[in-house]
Parts: sequence; structure tokens; C-alpha cells
Amino acid sequence: MKKEEIPQDDGALNKLTKEVLYAVDGSGKYSSELSTGWDVKTKALDLAWEDIEKRIEAARQKVLNNEASPILYFLELRLMDMGILAAYTGFWKWTIKKHLKPAAFKNLSQQKLQQYADAFNVSVEELKTMKVHDN
Amino acid sequence: MTTDFKHLQAAHCENGVTTNLLRSAGATKLTEPLAFGIGSGLFYVQLPFLVINNGPAIAFRTMPGLIFKRTCNALGIPVFRKKFASKEAGKKYLDECLAKGQPVGAQVGVYYLTYFPKEYRFHFNAHNMIVFGKEEDRYLISDPVMETATSLTEFELERVRFAKGPFAPHGQIYYPMEKKIITDELMKSAIVKGIKRNVNHMLLIPGSIAGVKGIAGTGKKIKKWKDKLGPEKAGLYLAQLVRMQEEIGTGGGGFRYIYGAFLQEAHAFHPIDELLDISKIFTEAGDKWRTAAVQAAGIYKGRIGSQADYNVMGDYLIEISEIEKKAFQALSKIKWNS
Repeated sequence: MKKEEIPQDDGALNKLTKEVLYAVDGSGKYSSELSTGWDVKTKALDLAWEDIEKRIEAARQKVLNNEASPILYFLELRLMDMGILAAYTGFWKWTIKKHLKPAAFKNLSQQKLQQYADAFNVSVEELKTMKVHDN
Repeated sequence: MTTDFKHLQAAHCENGVTTNLLRSAGATKLTEPLAFGIGSGLFYVQLPFLVINNGPAIAFRTMPGLIFKRTCNALGIPVFRKKFASKEAGKKYLDECLAKGQPVGAQVGVYYLTYFPKEYRFHFNAHNMIVFGKEEDRYLISDPVMETATSLTEFELERVRFAKGPFAPHGQIYYPMEKKIITDELMKSAIVKGIKRNVNHMLLIPGSIAGVKGIAGTGKKIKKWKDKLGPEKAGLYLAQLVRMQEEIGTGGGGFRYIYGAFLQEAHAFHPIDELLDISKIFTEAGDKWRTAAVQAAGIYKGRIGSQADYNVMGDYLIEISEIEKKAFQALSKIKWNS
């Protein structure tokens, strides 16, 4: 890539920093340069997030239809999988699988609810109602 | 308390931390491309059967941690590393290092890295930063991907040091244990070692998942994605490929441009003209990777999407595989003078 071809498009990262790219000058010599972003990869990231939003919404519907417990919603919302949630809560994966059922979730002790709430960085009330106030 | 330290921006976090810590340990001529090349950073792999963030598991560089480890080994700089069972112990040790004036590398997760934009905060636990001081309750942080140094509160740093999930950092910190004089001779032999190892990784791993054969392997798979996955999922897969290739940290073109820069810098230590010629082949490979990314974007933006468009995309990768094979074969034939 030539220096003058470095894209300077907008992207989410641009809020934080410019990023370093390596490019060649007229004589073919490499140096590091700064870029604000590239729409090709901005769109790739946008697409990933659209997919995540879809999965969060699908999970929310499942909880509202009483097909899953709010844990499913927060798994998607916090971009976790069973392995990550198991690591944060200390529960076994199969235990979490059980708690994904609405009936089992209703019987959870205050202490276990708190463990999930901590893992999802919400309060127990928010965990139960799916109403989150992120700052 | 602050340590004697200067922030340095890099394309990739591990290259940046390696370069910065080792420069302070005596490797004054080390740059990001040299650290990347000495650490044999260039790679390609698509792990079969594994799905990450609902997309294919593809990497354009070597496993996290290896660039630092290999570069330290090659330069003969001993490294201190420590993980911690408790957050308290992790904090205490870090504070002691800073009190002694020792800046330390720290492995962290990015999900709770508050200064990152939300769009970049996934559960990725192999990010690297340097902690170089503390003012009241804020730690001074040099994150190599950022233009300037920043800071985190005690709680914020603790939360990212003790993130959980794959590659959980367990508060890991690391730093070079002693200052050494790194001679040009040592740099020269480290460069040769790094190139030879990278040739092996890209040309000699059997099967069709890794190295130059892995690139062609993904190319062949892409041609089947439209039928096998359906257009929506195939688009997401292509988007994931482009993110692994071009996202922050790669320096553009799936790390191929950094490698091109490395070979030019290697030429200053080993004046062998083939290095400059082969550097151009890596530029060509990087350019082709970016052309392929534009084609992929056409598909996931919905502008194009016929089977013929997927075939073009797949053929780009097969072509890149040939270009990189040529480059690494040329590297393998270089006669090193020392």
C-alpha cells in the first residue's frame, strides 16, 4: 500500500485514537503512518454488531415468552458464552444450562442470583426484569 | 510515583509492549517491525470445526505471547513473569514494582477496558499494556494501540487484569529482569533465527489449515460458503475474515505490510539485496489481501453476491497463497553471511 492510498474514513475507533498502518513512499520505503479508519472494515464491524443486536432481541423475546430465563438475555447482551459465564460465576456449565429454564431460575437463592448479577455487572433487580441502566 | 518511561504507539499491542520494554532493557535499536519479525509473527491459520463469535476461527499472526517470548529469547534477555491467585496479591506486587521504578507489561481483557469504544469491547483476554506509574489512585497506562498514554483507576485496572474466560490473564505481569548491551551481532543472529522459523511455519506445517496452504484452503472453502451457509451467514463469515485481517493491530493487509517493513529493516543489518526484493513481494501480498477485503465488503454490503462473486473472492486467496509461497521460498534460499 502506498502512503497516499491509506484510507482516512470514519470508524468506531476514531472516537479513541488513530491507528498505525505501514505503507511505502514513492521510493518503496516503508514507514508507519496514521489512519482514521477504512469503511470496508467499519462495515464488517457494523455487521457483526447488527448480528449481536438480533441475537439479544431474539433472547429477550424468548424470555418474555417464558421459553428461557433472563440469563439467556444477559449471556447475549454481555457477549458471553457458557464457558465465559461459568468462569465468572463459578457455576458448572450444566448448572447454568439448568438455570436457563424459567422454572429453575425462579427457585434460585438470593446468593446465586447475586452471583449471576455480579457476572453480568447488573443488580439482582435488573437481572430479573431485564431493565439495565448501563453508564 | 512514576517511572522513567516514554509512551510509544504501535500497530499491534504485543509488538508495542515488546519493543518498548526491551528498548529500556538495552535493545535500543528494536522497532515494531523488528520485534514482529524476530518473533516470527507472521502466520495464517483457519482452525477447523471451531466457531468464534459466530464466525470462522482465523488468525493472521502467531499465538498471543509468543512474539514477546521469542524476541526475548533471541536477544538473550531474561524475563520475569508472574500470575496471581488473588487480586490483592496482584495489586501489591504491581505497586512494589512501580515503587522500585520498574514499568511492567500487563496482560488484560478488553471487555471492561473503559477507554475502548464499546464496539471494540469483546471478551478478548490477550491484550497487552504497560503500567508505568501511579498518581493517587490512578495507574498510568501506556496502551500501544493509542496515540497517547492514559490512566485507569485501581478498580478498573484490577477488573481487566482479572478478566475471565479463554486466555484469562490471572493478573499476569512481566518485565525484562536485567539491562543488557544488545550488540548488532546479536540483532543479526536474532533476525536470521526469526526469518528461518517463520519460513518453517508458513511452508512446512502439514495439512491444509495453516501456513500458505491454509490461505488456499480458506479460498477453496469460501467458494462453498454461499451454498453451505446461506447468504446472510456467509456475509458474516466474510466480515469476520476482514476484521481479523484489517482490524486495529494488523498494520494493514493482515500483518503483511509490517513484515515487508521488517525485511527492509533487516537489510540494514544484513545488506543482502534479496531482502528488499522479497519485501516487495510481501507488499504485493498485502495489497492483494486488501483487494480481497474490498470484494468481501461488496458481498457483505449486498452490492454483489452471486456464486461468481464468491469464486472471485476464493481465487484471490488462492492467488495470495502462491504469492506468499514464492516469498517464503525466496527467504529460505537466502545465504546468510553470519
